[in-house]
Amino acid sequence: MIDKIFPSVSAALADVRDGSTVMVGGFGTAGIPTRLIDGLIDQGARDLTLVNNNAGNGDTGLAALLKTGRVRKIICSFPRQVDSHVFDALYRSGRIELELVPQGNLAERIRAAGAGIGAFFTPTAYGTQLAEGKETRVIDGRPYVLEYPIHAELALIKAERADRFGNLTYRMTARNFGPIMASAAKCTVVEVPELVPLGSIDPETVVTPGIFVHRVVQVPRSTTQAGGIR
Amino acid sequence: MTDATPKWTREQMAARVARDITEGMVVNLGIGLPTLVANHLPAGREVILHSENGVLGMGPAPAPGEEDYDLINAGKQPVTLRPGGSFFHHADSFAMMRGGHLDLCVLGAFQVAANGDLANWHTGAADAIPAVGGAMDLAIGAKNTWVMMEHSSKAGESKLVERCSYPLTGLACVSRVITDLAVIDLTQQGAKVVDIVAGLDFAQLQRLTAIPLVDAR
Repeated sequence: MIDKIFPSVSAALADVRDGSTVMVGGFGTAGIPTRLIDGLIDQGARDLTLVNNNAGNGDTGLAALLKTGRVRKIICSFPRQVDSHVFDALYRSGRIELELVPQGNLAERIRAAGAGIGAFFTPTAYGTQLAEGKETRVIDGRPYVLEYPIHAELALIKAERADRFGNLTYRMTARNFGPIMASAAKCTVVEVPELVPLGSIDPETVVTPGIFVHRVVQVPRSTTQAGGIR
Repeated sequence: MTDATPKWTREQMAARVARDITEGMVVNLGIGLPTLVANHLPAGREVILHSENGVLGMGPAPAPGEEDYDLINAGKQPVTLRPGGSFFHHADSFAMMRGGHLDLCVLGAFQVAANGDLANWHTGAADAIPAVGGAMDLAIGAKNTWVMMEHSSKAGESKLVERCSYPLTGLACVSRVITDLAVIDLTQQGAKVVDIVAGLDFAQLQRLTAIPLVDAR
């Protein structure tokens, strides 16, 4: 029997290795896998490369993970927030490496990894600081920049509903990076408030097919909280 | 620019932008000043608002107490969804932007050059933490990119320039600039002024602007 359901966050994250690249879903308040992030902190893996749109808010979640000093590098599009003081302090003191990526390039590099694409030409950032040193090409009269995929050992995703095959649905804008990160990682771990019997998710509405998901953990449902984010 | 210079307010600027957003257009309104444009779209006009975090058909802010923080815009503020709206993941959302599917995006800016170069993501200051988000994707991806900004910086310098001194967001991508003084179309034939705030004449506007203007009213 195929059963991707794990009994606990700690069981689902027991084998995370030092030096891993870890994708973490979420944008703003929506779709942050808070239990899995806390679980990763408890698990203790070090020397991590994190991939997320932002670089943590306040003192919880990703910010708490950064504060442990176990993140070597972060790949993101928008680290600066009104309450990104943990990242800001690490960055200003040279204790974390930042790879700043335009948001669409970040999404497409993740998607490319999941789709087996070796590299792609994108018009975004051509002629800007963020394309300096990168290969360019003019195609049909338009200039493009060559970008490479971002692969990960691990993706941590929050979804709304799952079955034991790992088929997923999401809730509104909490979907954000979930489906593409799920496809780009060797091991995708999902937290969901709702586990349902196989066959009860309408196949027409599955957003992430279970082939992209390796482990599912049920967590208590909680209302998404407002962030100290502007 | 003196304090006596007549100016459009931020709401008047937003209303001026909204006037040219027509029925059926799919529009992305950037964070800050452009967000105000949504308040000036007439209720009966069907305009579809896109937000890059993964929503089409965005409606106004919810009533106090009705916020759902799983339904937010790219500025991370709670929003609502209009009938016909949809949700999608980030790669699809940026495919809409980069694939030329949006009719218009309206962005803020530090500077815009005469050739349409845009600078709006980074001051380049040594101690600044850089952050770019979707600005570079929006600037070059939408069919039309308009900028809303004050005509002059706090130091009194024209924000319309021959060449941007701030780091660029995109090359030759801005087609229209709406400031608190005028509406200016950037074309191959020069910077065409199509509207000026009441009480200011073309010669005064030109004196406040660092690029040559053409009166196209």
